[in-house]
Amino acid sequence: MITLDLVRDIASWALFLIGGAGVVIGAIGIVRFPDFYTRLHAAGITDTAGAELILLGMILQAPSWLVAAKLVFVGFFLFMTSPVSTHAIAHAAWTVGLRPMLGPDLKREGDDQ
Amino acid sequence: MVRTIVLTLALTGLWLLLSGYYDKPLLLGFGAASVILCVYLAHRARMLDGEGVPSGLMPRVFFYWWWLMVEIGKANLTVARQAIAIEPALSPKLLKIVSPTRSNAGLATFANSITLTPGTVTVDLEPGYMLVHALTEDLADEAAINDMGRRVAALEKGGGA
Repeated sequence: MITLDLVRDIASWALFLIGGAGVVIGAIGIVRFPDFYTRLHAAGITDTAGAELILLGMILQAPSWLVAAKLVFVGFFLFMTSPVSTHAIAHAAWTVGLRPMLGPDLKREGDDQ
Repeated sequence: MVRTIVLTLALTGLWLLLSGYYDKPLLLGFGAASVILCVYLAHRARMLDGEGVPSGLMPRVFFYWWWLMVEIGKANLTVARQAIAIEPALSPKLLKIVSPTRSNAGLATFANSITLTPGTVTVDLEPGYMLVHALTEDLADEAAINDMGRRVAALEKGGGA
């Protein structure tokens, strides 16, 4: 028999699995991408898809509206703060003079090879 | 005055949400006192301006966030595909984006939206333009980023943020 609880469990399981896959893919990207700036983009998957989908799955499992609303707030604050921290480290790297690899050949400014 | 009311309502809502007490007069009284103290301190620190309480963006910004979430979902798929591709076809690029926004709150919203979208990160803010690092040729889509900028600028219309 298909109950509302079953539908809810399946939906939150799907969200947990997709969100978990996002976190893992982000981690794989951080290892595989060639330089600091490209790695930041991989970390962005973990920040957005990973975290928010797992939170959405948790909201579906929340025992009360109060807990669900608190989880919405956790998601909201992540949404507001993660770009600030990402920009802070990107800007710090840029300010001290780390230059990104550019173009399809991944060359740095000043590289002759 | 509008900003004071908006901040008071937001803090009251947050307090009620996080505490979960609705029927204990003593605790509600403490809550009210802490909200009033916070609003007073914010007022004294002159933080009740367009930057601290951007109430001018308020109703429209919720629709914008919804649109932004869809964009983030699409960009996530593109970056995830590169991360697990056998031969990632990366072609990082630096773009100079001119922001059409007028207020600081609008500029911050635009720059953060770019960073929040996977595949593009705002690296530097210079007077007149922003420096954006993009992961691939596809993601370095200046037209799409400028479209996002126009949407943020549209939020600012009316109230001066």
